[in-house]
Amino acid sequence: MEQTVKGKVSEAVQTNGLGKRYGSFWALKDCTISVPRGSVTALVGPNGAGKTSLLKLLVGLNSPSAGDVVVLGQSPSQSTSYLSSIGYLAQEIPLYSQFTAADHFAIGKHMDVNWDNELAVKRLQELRIPLDRKVGKLSGGQRAQVGLAMALAKRPQLLLLDEPVAALDPLARMDFLTSLAQAVTDADGELTVVMSSHLLADLERVCDRVIILAAGETQLCENIEHTLETHKLLVGPKGQQPNNDGYRVIKETHSPTATHLLVRLEQPKHNLPGWHIRNVDIEEIVLAYMGQNKNESITKGDVR
Amino acid sequence: MIFHIRSRTGIPPYLQIVQQVKQDIRLGLLKEGDKLPAVREVVTMVAINPNTVVKAYRELENQGCIEKRLGVGTFVTKQPAGLSPDIQSALLDKLEGWLAETQAAGLDEEAVEALFHTAQRNQRGDQHGTDSKR
Repeated sequence: MEQTVKGKVSEAVQTNGLGKRYGSFWALKDCTISVPRGSVTALVGPNGAGKTSLLKLLVGLNSPSAGDVVVLGQSPSQSTSYLSSIGYLAQEIPLYSQFTAADHFAIGKHMDVNWDNELAVKRLQELRIPLDRKVGKLSGGQRAQVGLAMALAKRPQLLLLDEPVAALDPLARMDFLTSLAQAVTDADGELTVVMSSHLLADLERVCDRVIILAAGETQLCENIEHTLETHKLLVGPKGQQPNNDGYRVIKETHSPTATHLLVRLEQPKHNLPGWHIRNVDIEEIVLAYMGQNKNESITKGDVR
Repeated sequence: MIFHIRSRTGIPPYLQIVQQVKQDIRLGLLKEGDKLPAVREVVTMVAINPNTVVKAYRELENQGCIEKRLGVGTFVTKQPAGLSPDIQSALLDKLEGWLAETQAAGLDEEAVEALFHTAQRNQRGDQHGTDSKR
């Protein structure tokens, strides 16, 4: 199953039936995903879908309750050799507020063998973020940039970001995503990113793949362009269904005059006479998958 | 050239870049020999995945709109004559005449757009129909 590219496993992350249980509660269930090397993946889903649990499993901060996980060809652990290839930025951006960015970089230099101090300093200088000011005195956007600079200074092969832009204003968010996109460009295929977020419209451009987790299960794990090409909104006469079986209904809405179907087409090319086909953005698609899951779990008592 | 990537359109970003370059070429805003921004410049401009830009440029190259010169950059190629100015202005006249009619009929911009898109869809629908009969 695993192909090798240049002597490396082609997938940065591969999980199979991965699950994490806390007591009797499954925070993540039956998660099967693959993340190709060099890709930038958006990890989306409602609160409690297991996004953070999954990221922690990948960092080696959690150990699986079920299933398998392989990251960069090995099992996640807290060993130095494993952690030196992983960059992780937790949701709360763990920085010492009394320390300056330069202080943080000095700690990083001591702790990481691959630490690239020049890179970290250059990044902040380009963004005009003072290196000698206490991190607690910086803006939220600047703190996020310090966190990103630290995660990237390790020269990781895999960068895991948990809700990195959630707390930022739109401008700081765009700056953060620009920094991230530049880092991906400069790494020239050697950096893989998995980033969880609620802000789907922003992710559409920076990410090339999407994973949708809902109710702790994987709903979708694929190329975003493919997702956009295959998901369409069909608008047609009330109470009717298109006369074609090359699609699967994700969400169905009825108005007094029309039927709206958000569908996944088996082929991007379609022929559905009598129906208007509209493009839908990634946010509508994700919401449809979340809604579908909720309805089905109510009616069938089963999330599948 | 400055790119604008709009979210929430359902149109993949790479296709938006392809469409914008072709549109600018058609409108004469980009001419033969003009240099397109490097991938990293586009990434910095619109916070986009570099692979998306590479894919868009590759697509434009395949369509013969641009060419890569190793170590120099990406340039707009010589464009085929395309639509003759006569035909273009004739079509534009007709469309302007039609727009005047819609105005006379009291249609607003949205209604005009709806009509236009319906006509486009009908046209496409007819083509699908003839395709499947063949």
